[in-house]
Amino acid sequence: MRAYTWAYLIFLYAPIVLLPLFAFNDSTTIAFPLQGFTTKWFVQLPTIPALTSSVWTSVKIASITAVLSTILGVCAARAAVRYRFIGKRPIMGLIMLPLVLPEIIVAVSLLVVFLQLGLSIGSWSVIAGHTLICMPFAISILNSSFQNIDPALEEASLDLGETRVSTFYRVTLPLIWPGLIASLLISFTISLDEFIIAFFLSSTEPTLPVYLWSQLRFPTKLPVVMALGTLLVCLSILLLALAETLRRRGLRKAGQSTEGGFL
Amino acid sequence: MTMISLSGVNKHYDSYHALRNIDLDIEAGEFFSLLGPSGCGKTTLLRTIAGFEDIESGTLKIAGADMAEVPPNRRPTNMVFQSYAIFPHLNVAQNVAFGLRKSDLSKSEQTRVVGEALEMVGLDGFGARAANALSGGQRQRVALARALVLKPKVLLLDEPLSALDKKLREQMQLELRRLQRQVGITFILVTHDQEEALIMSDRIAVMFEGQIAQLADPQTLYRAPASRKVGEFIGTMNVMPVAQNAGNLTIAGLGQVSDPARDTVSHAGIRPETMSILFPGEPDRDRVAAAKIVDRAYYGDMTYYEVGLDGLDNTLTISMKNLMGREILEIGTPVRISWREDALVFFDQ
Repeated sequence: MRAYTWAYLIFLYAPIVLLPLFAFNDSTTIAFPLQGFTTKWFVQLPTIPALTSSVWTSVKIASITAVLSTILGVCAARAAVRYRFIGKRPIMGLIMLPLVLPEIIVAVSLLVVFLQLGLSIGSWSVIAGHTLICMPFAISILNSSFQNIDPALEEASLDLGETRVSTFYRVTLPLIWPGLIASLLISFTISLDEFIIAFFLSSTEPTLPVYLWSQLRFPTKLPVVMALGTLLVCLSILLLALAETLRRRGLRKAGQSTEGGFL
Repeated sequence: MTMISLSGVNKHYDSYHALRNIDLDIEAGEFFSLLGPSGCGKTTLLRTIAGFEDIESGTLKIAGADMAEVPPNRRPTNMVFQSYAIFPHLNVAQNVAFGLRKSDLSKSEQTRVVGEALEMVGLDGFGARAANALSGGQRQRVALARALVLKPKVLLLDEPLSALDKKLREQMQLELRRLQRQVGITFILVTHDQEEALIMSDRIAVMFEGQIAQLADPQTLYRAPASRKVGEFIGTMNVMPVAQNAGNLTIAGLGQVSDPARDTVSHAGIRPETMSILFPGEPDRDRVAAAKIVDRAYYGDMTYYEVGLDGLDNTLTISMKNLMGREILEIGTPVRISWREDALVFFDQ
């Protein structure tokens, strides 16, 4: 059983280890044996205008997506935790649906809808698509944040003279703050790494993954792609770890157990 | 002066009638308790006064002002929640100062009143302590200080002692009572613990199924319960069926009484401590009946005997002080019991 587990893990993660290996390899061909250590592929990165502009596009899209899905997530999670209303379960199910829906389906159907509506696609349509798939993650994180707040805390604030709005800023927000940051970071990471929706819904401004894919056709550019991929993997791991750390700190602060979660 | 006045207040949760036509006046400076089993509407009534629940019909006035359109944050009431609701992201002093933001006190004055409030509840020097580093009793004191620092007209307490252990609870009961006399604010306490209500309150409203069954001071409530249900809820009440013939009342087990009969009387009640067991050698006194010890429970200072009487299906509970030299009777011992007619209460059901 243990051997199978290791074989499974190696099969899954070995390719990711190869990425930095070839990124630092002093050769344009991606093959063993390794030729020598170099950082020139990393140095080349900022000199390619198409690449830097795609990075900028991706960061812009990921940031807006993160903010949008987190704001919508706050609304949905609060409604789901605090209020009872007709059709709550089906509505929440519908919001969580993109989690299990194949992305290609989401991408193609969004494209069809946008084109049928006569809208021209661009960064905004990628943002719409990404918000759709980030929402389930944002809601899951924020749901647990809201669940950990004793409803009496918000009532106590009202009782002590605060309005509903100032209660949100003085009590609710500080208590969900770690979850909020975690939601922002995870949505940002998902959007940054997402390919299929970005591929279908971006027009003249490719995102970073779309740009990377387009470069795969040119063998001489592969090592640069490897370098970029290495940076992306590191950034993703960093952001996710940060998100999880914050989420656990938030739970501890509220005196809850820190079992479970994404990592 | 009337501080709180409810008239004809109704409230439903879906089809459940949580408050049924509540009419209630609570005086200024009173320690008032809402007592009842869980689900009787006492907490709903308290939350209605605080403004967390809307009322469907009827009126609620606090200090003469109608509260229909007044949200909780603008009512002259403050609440101590059952869970205490201490803000976990703030320390003790920040918790107590929470409601002072909108007051016109300067920063230094705020620090002073927060210090005074903490001193009043016995948490002097705890200001910088983190909220989740507090024990249950300390959290409760912080919640009290946080509410009292705003000098409300009415302090609402939602089962504030139920989470504490027995010793601490008894200590806090006396302390709350002392605090209430000291600040002179109207306290409204919700509790399911009848002993707690008796110890602390000036007046008690006993609630069943969304209605006030009896409103009285503790002694009246205990000695003259308005109904069998109230009598059985407060303390222990021995209940015996009553037979009526030719204007006389005959109590099962105890015999005929000279009390003038009322048509509607069906049961008589008597408290365990108003009866006594006559030990061997003691002369008869008052009314006497023959009985037999069926069971006993030894409490240290007291012994509770269950005695069986001829002509009575249920047993009667009699509590006896364990005075020096008094023996604890064995189960099965035949005894004489003594009781007085003026200790009886009569019920219609």
